[in-house]
Amino acid sequence: MKPAPFDYIAPESVEEALAVLAEAGEDARILAGGQTLSPMLNMRLVEPAVLIDISRLPALDYIRRKNGHIEIGAAATQNALENWPELAAQAPLLAQALPHIGHFQTRNRGTVCGSLAFADPSAELPLCLALLGGEVVLQSASRQRVVKAADFQLGMLSTAREADEIISAARFPVAEAGAGYGFAEMALRHGDFALAAIAVKAGKTGVRIAIGGVADRPMVRNFPAGIEGAALDDALNDLAWDLAAADDPHATARYRRELVRRLGRKTVEEAKSCRV
Amino acid sequence: MPRLKAGEKSRISFKLNGRKVSGDAEPRLLLADFLRHEIGATGTHVGCEHGVCGACTVRLDGVAIRSCLTLAVQANGRRVDTVEGLAEEDGTLSRLQAAFRRNHALQCGFCTPGILMSLEDFLARGGEPDEGEIREMLSGHLCRCTGYSGMVRAVLEIVEEMHEEQNA
Repeated sequence: MKPAPFDYIAPESVEEALAVLAEAGEDARILAGGQTLSPMLNMRLVEPAVLIDISRLPALDYIRRKNGHIEIGAAATQNALENWPELAAQAPLLAQALPHIGHFQTRNRGTVCGSLAFADPSAELPLCLALLGGEVVLQSASRQRVVKAADFQLGMLSTAREADEIISAARFPVAEAGAGYGFAEMALRHGDFALAAIAVKAGKTGVRIAIGGVADRPMVRNFPAGIEGAALDDALNDLAWDLAAADDPHATARYRRELVRRLGRKTVEEAKSCRV
Repeated sequence: MPRLKAGEKSRISFKLNGRKVSGDAEPRLLLADFLRHEIGATGTHVGCEHGVCGACTVRLDGVAIRSCLTLAVQANGRRVDTVEGLAEEDGTLSRLQAAFRRNHALQCGFCTPGILMSLEDFLARGGEPDEGEIREMLSGHLCRCTGYSGMVRAVLEIVEEMHEEQNA
């Protein structure tokens, strides 16, 4: 349970980090909070030649409102977002979802962008980004591009990030006026991977739902604004089957479908009741 | 900082419980192992080595973190606080340690150093956490002998004390 040898560099600027990354490419790993990467290093699931530590770059450590988004830099921790004074008003969904991520002690160090980069199918932040239709900023030494959530996460632990790019920032749209938000998940213990996680936005023009932990990435559906009762149950049942859940050691596919139906209904109703 | 080469040791120094300590570390050396094997500060315990059990929790610049998920080189020039820094020089227990003793909040003591360091940060953030919030915070630690009731009692006692002091 000790990492294999690697070079370590703590660059003084983003430009220096990108230059090192451009040279090392797939042999390098970006170290931000390290709450996923470090266990993988300890277990030798990854053995990079060089670690590029961006955790202390002030230029990447920010949370700000910008053009209708909350933009979160790559070095900003989950805890910093949780304690951001405007969070409950600007992003009620994130305020509900963040306490479910790991534990107090890991959120102190784990970053928002790091969670998006890892792209675990059951992770809360990729789910929220997918539901809200957010985007990530990918930066390399030679170019910058902005990728929508739906085009970013491609499958199990797989994203559109190229080997010479870092996620320099994530952008979550601020709460829509008049919309209500809901979040719920079921895990074996608090802080464990979700067996199913559900995020809902109930807006004026429609109900949008995203499911994590069941398919290989967060899956999003749009329902009509007035959906309720048997129509809602039918829509959730269709969605539950469409996700093609599989049995694994933690839960059966049948149980996961049941979570989508029941927790889905509860979360949709909660989001609707939060509409203002 | 220049690029540190794999397998090559460099000198790491930081403030441990208020005193400067130094040692040599390869880039891959974990902070937990640096503390125990290089400095000889064995109060910090190592359990799962992948961030789940919480035994190795220390404070880095005041913030409770897993020292098994942090490299020793990342602590260079910073402040690290561990369980050894809690009691007075003469052995007088800190308020938190005394509350743990009163409430039988430990048995074998393996998980205790990490839990104390988490709580030091948690309680320093102010507010008056209720039982639910305390239990949620403790969910980041595994204790396999006493369970958590004594710990919750100990923390609630301290929260109550702090409340009374503020209103005195």
